[in-house]
Amino acid sequence: MIEELLIPDSFLQCVDPRVKLIGLLVFSIVVAVSYRFATLVTALFGSLIILLPARVPLKEICKRLIPVNILIILLWLTLPFTVKGDPLFFLGPLAATRAGGLYAAQISIKSNAMMLMFIAVIASTRIFTIGHAMHKLGVPTKLVQLFFFTFRYIHVIYREYLRLVNAMKIRGFAPRTNLHTYKTFAYLVGMLLVKSSDRAKRVHNAMLCRGFNGRFYSLSTFSMTKKDLFVFLLIISFIIILGVMEWTGIIL
Amino acid sequence: MHISEGILSPGILAAGAVLTAAGVIIGLKKIDTEEIPSVGIMSAAFFVASLVHVPIGPASAHLILNGLLGLILGWQAFPAIMTGLLLQALLFQFGGITSLGVNTFNMAFPAIVCFYMFGWCIRSNRNRALFIMASFGSGFFAVFFSAILVALSLYLTGEAFLPTSKLILAAHLPVMFIEGGLTSICALFLKSVKPDLLECNADAF
Repeated sequence: MIEELLIPDSFLQCVDPRVKLIGLLVFSIVVAVSYRFATLVTALFGSLIILLPARVPLKEICKRLIPVNILIILLWLTLPFTVKGDPLFFLGPLAATRAGGLYAAQISIKSNAMMLMFIAVIASTRIFTIGHAMHKLGVPTKLVQLFFFTFRYIHVIYREYLRLVNAMKIRGFAPRTNLHTYKTFAYLVGMLLVKSSDRAKRVHNAMLCRGFNGRFYSLSTFSMTKKDLFVFLLIISFIIILGVMEWTGIIL
Repeated sequence: MHISEGILSPGILAAGAVLTAAGVIIGLKKIDTEEIPSVGIMSAAFFVASLVHVPIGPASAHLILNGLLGLILGWQAFPAIMTGLLLQALLFQFGGITSLGVNTFNMAFPAIVCFYMFGWCIRSNRNRALFIMASFGSGFFAVFFSAILVALSLYLTGEAFLPTSKLILAAHLPVMFIEGGLTSICALFLKSVKPDLLECNADAF
């Protein structure tokens, strides 16, 4: 099933979600435009320190870093041979360069630092809370509503999909590389769309009957406490330090 | 198809974010308040379809279906695809925040292009052969353009990415044909089972 990663009762969970989202956004942008190793390594350590109190199990963290690092492995296999510079060693006719290796290392640290911070935030915030926080931060109402509906329906449609797949399996369907398989999958997607659209109409009518006027009301209100302000200042000052390291080179 | 965080250059990331913002604003203008649930359903169906793996010889590929989404939603595909990608990032960590703009543009822009290239054939309702060819084309070219955009965004980040870009293009070659075939069969199915799904955006022209 599709489940969100949510670790209850962590320190980060009590922080105002708006603070976390803004912090994550600014942090990601600053790290994305940074190139110096000192900055990137500091960012990586910062992410790890913030991830610690979120108490995400190590297995989960590793599992969630896999998609990022698959592409990075591909880059390690190609970049050393394509970036021009002093050759470090030769592999047949190919010369591996120091500059290429450094470039790949830089991307690896950068990507993982950003992903660790991302995991720290999502592990401590519900997706619905993220939606409400986006609304409070000025994201267009229609987009936030689309976000809510999509998230709600992913589970419904996924269950529908599992049902259809079960029905196919019961009838002895085994996927192979042939036209029959592709036809079956095309019908599966088509049926998924038909069922989904019928369900959308039914749900919308039901919502209209219950007086839906295009607005979502949140029972939880966000309030900035002194603690939130403190965390916000802490995050912002960390990001400023990263910025100073990157652009002036004063530290290190 | 996702480019993960920390790889692209700041210029490409900014360009992707600006273009996607423009596309999403146009898309949101074309969504009436009462249409939001149905666009959300389509966006969720697109999300689930990307979890479906079809076998290609010894390997397998997941469906992308941005061509089909473009045919059904038109400009609304922009916000729908962005929402789908945002949720993929939140739930599975595919992609991320700073690369959301580029990733959305790479998938949604080809969907819009195919909507304008083939949408009229799909709706003209005259010739079956034309219908099959147009729906195949939209599935095929949506993936084709997306692969080119992904390769281009990597290449523009640095020439050192050229082999990776080529590899990505080559890997998507079989996917294009499969997406084309699947889109074509699926569109035929929808035409006979629920034709109004393919026509709901006829007024968008």
